[in-house]
Amino acid sequence: MPIIEVEDLHKRFGQTQALAGVSLSVEPGTVLGLLGPNGAGKTTTVRVLATLLKPDSGRATVAGYDVVTQADEVRTVIGLTGQYAAVDEKLTGHENLWMVGRLLGMNKAQAHQRADELLERFRLSDAGDRQVRTYSGGMRRRVDLAVSLVGRPSVLFLDEPTTGLDPVSRFEMWDVTRELLADGTTVLLTTQYLEEADELADRIVVIDKGAVIAEGTADELKDRTGGRTLEVTLRHAADVDAALAAIAPSGGADAVRVDRDLHQLSVPVEQDTARAAGIVAQLTDAGIEIDDFSLQRPSLDDVFVALTGHAADGDADIDVDRSTGRRSRGPLPGGTDELLDTEDRPQR
Amino acid sequence: MTTTTGTAADTTLEYRRPRGIVAMFHDGAIATWRNLVQLPRTPELVLFTLIQPVMFVLLFTYVFGGSIGQSLPPGLSYAQFLIPGIMVQTIVFGTSQTSVGLADDLQKGLVDRFRSLPIARSAVLTGRIAADTVRLSMVAVVLVLVGYAVGFRFEGGWFWGVAMIVGAVAFGFAMSWIMALIGLSVRDPETASTAGFVWLFPLTFVSSVFVPVYSMPGWLQPIARNNPVTLTANLLRELAIIGRPAGGTVLPVVLWIAGITAVFGPLAVSKYRRV
Ligand SMILES: Nc1ncnc2c1ncn2[C@@H]1O[C@H](COP(=O)(O)OP(=O)(O)OP(=O)(O)O)[C@@H](O)[C@H]1O
Ligand SMILES: [Mg+2]
Repeated sequence: MPIIEVEDLHKRFGQTQALAGVSLSVEPGTVLGLLGPNGAGKTTTVRVLATLLKPDSGRATVAGYDVVTQADEVRTVIGLTGQYAAVDEKLTGHENLWMVGRLLGMNKAQAHQRADELLERFRLSDAGDRQVRTYSGGMRRRVDLAVSLVGRPSVLFLDEPTTGLDPVSRFEMWDVTRELLADGTTVLLTTQYLEEADELADRIVVIDKGAVIAEGTADELKDRTGGRTLEVTLRHAADVDAALAAIAPSGGADAVRVDRDLHQLSVPVEQDTARAAGIVAQLTDAGIEIDDFSLQRPSLDDVFVALTGHAADGDADIDVDRSTGRRSRGPLPGGTDELLDTEDRPQR
Repeated sequence: MTTTTGTAADTTLEYRRPRGIVAMFHDGAIATWRNLVQLPRTPELVLFTLIQPVMFVLLFTYVFGGSIGQSLPPGLSYAQFLIPGIMVQTIVFGTSQTSVGLADDLQKGLVDRFRSLPIARSAVLTGRIAADTVRLSMVAVVLVLVGYAVGFRFEGGWFWGVAMIVGAVAFGFAMSWIMALIGLSVRDPETASTAGFVWLFPLTFVSSVFVPVYSMPGWLQPIARNNPVTLTANLLRELAIIGRPAGGTVLPVVLWIAGITAVFGPLAVSKYRRV
């Protein structure tokens, strides 16, 4: 039986329909990745499940308890790590944890013991007696996560746990999340990064404009997005047609996307790196000068294009660097292999 | 690597949450603790809380004391007149921190954190108001000490002196609920600090805090005379100077305190439920 069940949730804020019928379910001990662009309704969904927000209609249960009518019971089984670290900056890490332990009914000694335990687990023991305002972004996220675990929740909500973190902190966050999963906690994780969902989640639900648009494992979604793309930037714009002709014999020419302004070709190659290398060779053999080429993994945007035929909305903060043609979303270059080469990392 | 799945020997696994009314006090007390330990770690608040009243007392006593003192009834020194007034004024200004603190907790997500825990809903609000009441009491005591340095005395004895401090803090408590409502409504600390502050200038200056009401223009006098700040300041003066209140001054102040709390307490609570 699913431990989280969500049926047809609707929520409107003034003119904005934040949720327009979200349904999903999560099996105990698994991780669900809720993937979507800015404004998709991820936080709103989490807030409803964490009893912070009443839906306009629809139903949701956590561990069998209704989030509206049995909110108190729900609160005893959940932990919430919000999109922004919700810790008291003027308290030390230890005090933040101690306070929550006390609020949950632990006596002073128990609360101290639990705080020390969690600080050690999250590699914060040395910083435990410092005020949180002196912590780095990654440390804040970790202490925030630790605080939400004080009561040993069986269901944990992680709302964009790594957004805004540098790659090192991101990996640290992934590591501690994986350790949690080993404990059998059920996790609902929201993210804007396909890589992150791929890395941590058993199943992925993709939402856009408050509605579910796809569901499946990371592999299933990737199959639908067509795997990797070879991006080739030619030195001369005039060579574009010649390049298309050169690679035509290898097939799939109609799937090639062309950006004439950037003299750039994007060729879907699935997981076939040999084919990618072959295409580059074909171009060079044809005497076409290449400025740059790279193998891109599907980004959230590619998932969206594949699923909906249009780019993700709310992508105002996706910068297109006209000089390189690279898309980047926030701190994580959205589709490049540079920072997050998950392919080379051992899989879970 | 420690695991937290816990064993039978793990004592942190055996605990029980208090229930009902006990939980309200338990959780409120912990939330109060949280706000109080922050006090010494917030230099601007200490400054605001302690330095400002000291400065006001010194400035008013030595800069305005000479001229205003002459319009006072004979035998009443300006220090004697000023300290109870400035106590009300400082406490009223001090309550604006309640709105800033709550708006800050909302913005930083702490309210969400508390509301996602299986604890008394009221904890954030009661913890804030209780901690602020403690802070205001400290301000009142500091003011008395500074007052003693510039010539103020509890002429009616210490019992009535303590009564005066209690009266001032009670008025601050009532005002805190207004500030709580403001903080919960505007939601961001910068706006809260302005919204909780500007209206305090007319409120405290069009009153008997710094000057006697009869020295004001005629049209302003009725407003100033019925201002709760005036009523409270006058009551505090009676308590400090004569001791036992002469009569008629206690009831209006009690009514104002009860009235403000009865109106704004529930408003703040219902606002908190809906944030
Ligand atoms: N309290 C609110 N008042 C008004 N509008 C809101 C409120 N909360 C969310 N919204 C709107 O609802 C929509 C969904 O917001 P939500 O925060 O759930 O998105 P999200 O998927 O978490 O996005 P992000 O990736 O930016 O965190 C957005 O258009 C947002 O502006
Ligand atoms: Mg969000």
